[in-house]
Amino acid sequence: MARMTMIEAIRDALDVMMGRDDNVVVFGEDVGYFGGVFRCTQGLQKKYGKDRCFDAPISEAGIVGTAIGMAAYGLRPCVEIQFADYVYPAYDQIVSEAARLRHRSAGDFTCPLVIRMPTGGGIFGGQTHSQSPEALFTHVAGLKTVVPSNPRDAKGLLIAAIEDPDPVIFLEPKRLYNGPFDGHPDRPIVPWSKHELGEVPTGHAPIPLGQAAIRRAGTAVTVLAYGTMVHVAEAAAQETGIDAEVIDLRTLVPLDLDAIVRSVSKTGRCVVVHEATLTSGFGAELVSLVQEHCFYHLEAPVVRVAGYDTPYPHALEWTYFPGPKRVGEALRAAVEAV
Amino acid sequence: MSDDALRLHVPEPHSRPGDAPDFSDFAIPEAGSVRRPPVDCKADDIRDLAFSIIRVLDDAGEAKGEWKPDLSSEELLRGLRHMMTLRAFDARMQTAQRQGKTSFYMQHTGEEAVSCAFRLALGPGDMNFPTYRQAGLLIAGGYPMVSMMNQIYSNAEDPLKGRQLPIMYSSKSHGFFSISGNLATQFVQAVGWAMASAIKRDTRIAAAWIGDGSTAESDFHAALVFASTYRAPVVLNVVNNQWAISTFQGFARGGSATFAARGLGFGIPALRVDGNDYLAVLSVARWAVERARRNLGPTLIEHVTYRVGAHSTSDDPSAYRPKAESAVWPLGDPIARLKTHLIALGAWSQERHTQAEAEVMHEVVTAQKEAESHGTLHAGDKPSARDMFEDVYAELPPHLRRQRQQLGV
Repeated sequence: MARMTMIEAIRDALDVMMGRDDNVVVFGEDVGYFGGVFRCTQGLQKKYGKDRCFDAPISEAGIVGTAIGMAAYGLRPCVEIQFADYVYPAYDQIVSEAARLRHRSAGDFTCPLVIRMPTGGGIFGGQTHSQSPEALFTHVAGLKTVVPSNPRDAKGLLIAAIEDPDPVIFLEPKRLYNGPFDGHPDRPIVPWSKHELGEVPTGHAPIPLGQAAIRRAGTAVTVLAYGTMVHVAEAAAQETGIDAEVIDLRTLVPLDLDAIVRSVSKTGRCVVVHEATLTSGFGAELVSLVQEHCFYHLEAPVVRVAGYDTPYPHALEWTYFPGPKRVGEALRAAVEAV
Repeated sequence: MSDDALRLHVPEPHSRPGDAPDFSDFAIPEAGSVRRPPVDCKADDIRDLAFSIIRVLDDAGEAKGEWKPDLSSEELLRGLRHMMTLRAFDARMQTAQRQGKTSFYMQHTGEEAVSCAFRLALGPGDMNFPTYRQAGLLIAGGYPMVSMMNQIYSNAEDPLKGRQLPIMYSSKSHGFFSISGNLATQFVQAVGWAMASAIKRDTRIAAAWIGDGSTAESDFHAALVFASTYRAPVVLNVVNNQWAISTFQGFARGGSATFAARGLGFGIPALRVDGNDYLAVLSVARWAVERARRNLGPTLIEHVTYRVGAHSTSDDPSAYRPKAESAVWPLGDPIARLKTHLIALGAWSQERHTQAEAEVMHEVVTAQKEAESHGTLHAGDKPSARDMFEDVYAELPPHLRRQRQQLGV
């Protein structure tokens, strides 16, 4: 075990996989010599050479398109899109090509590709450095979507993603890169070195895709969350004193439905939380599944807490961000409903 | 591995931190040596201009050759003043960011001539589609500095209501299209705006802006196709400041000799200009604007310059390029060069320049004080939370009204 930030854990996962498998190549904007604007690939070019870790022209369509070609050749590219907000020029390559290559060629060609991208707000990035576009990927058949909430999961899930035979969208909540964030921007920053999930296994330690984790056991209400909102939900439970069970979904597709059903069947109440905009967000899928699978256990309507359906603002970041206050109100609404 | 094994080529800049910076293979024509073709020339007639550099000011500050623009001393002094204002503005806003008064800033250091000079070639109603390092278009266009600062501070008087990242200005009345953080998107939109002007038998033209790095985006190439096909009245500006954050321009340029040469494959007349030469930029801009105005179609201009500062306040270039690189950049500093020219003309002096620096700084500081009286990012008055829900659509739809009520504003 070693103490790591999420950045270091991601770098460690890439290092482990590049060391184990020389088909793993890493590239993206500023990724090579500089090591990425968030430094997730720092040192990899020096260690593995310029043809294993390299800079790319500023072309997200080009990055993903060439990565698909490499994957079709038999490599395992793990590319970085500098911010999730910049992925849209690559959307055609992701949706029409990477996602369907296996199916349309009847398994003749496959696409073992990982697309990493920093996601979410909390850094005063305005509308072009704060988005949470996970639902745009979970909606697409053929893609897997992963959102880690801590260094240990980031490393284990990224290793599993790179070893996965299909394309994986790997969304890294940038507000969590250097420490857990409970949604209180006015409080001192807590480093990962002070958090148990900053303790990361060394070496090849994959965490299988499709398994949720219970971050806080409880009996009063189930909170379904992922990424930054896991920490916010934990804070809300603590601050309200409500005995919430906080489930970190970790992987959105494939989803650990069993863990969700087990918990909601026990608590009978459910709050779904995400930072992305509300309408047609992944929360809508979660609420539908809870309704389909847990209807007769439910004692109250399922409550959603999400970003407002507006672009992510700059000045009013903390008005927009669904922090512990809003999540706490949702917890109260869920447990008080009769 | 066999001898005939393939190898991947990954470009490298000439120098990295620890190396001596080197521009020795950077070919620079003498000032005044490049010909000025007629504006109705064809791309093929001026292929050489896509591989040369149009320069007017020589090292002694003398203006030379066919591209020397007809400008009075007053006009030159006004240009100098614009560039000095932009530099002072940058200095104050960079410091304001470091003081925590805003989240982010991007400086223009070394690139002031490009946007300040170009702006003077445009007429009323023309529209720029800028990227994030062309604030000279606003300064030289008479846009109030206080409004720019209000935007940077996201304060109560921010014309964009605190919605956008600092420096992502927007002003239709000043011919400045809303800046997007997503790169290259504006380049093709400029072509569309120009096509609209042609469709409506208007006389206004568009100017598109993009950095060297972002020419790799598909939108750049789409812009060239559409501009070429429809002979859109647009000036397509590529600002080659050598660095896209940590990535040197060789990555976007690839095997092509210049960015200007990109235009040739599309049949678009393409020029390269010394971007640190105020006179050359203005002259080339006027040439391209005249072509667009006379319905002769698009022009591609590569402005050869150097990003002296960091990419942004989030960046530290000492991690990827030699610290001394900007000092040996062979095209010099745009302000110093125009100043030398004006002194050579007898229209300026070091004393007057020093005095002007103080005056310009005073103007900027006065504007800053006014802007700060309306608040800064973390202190004082803020935009209203109600505003967050406005302008998502022309009319507030029921679901947003509901969300606004939930927020209690």
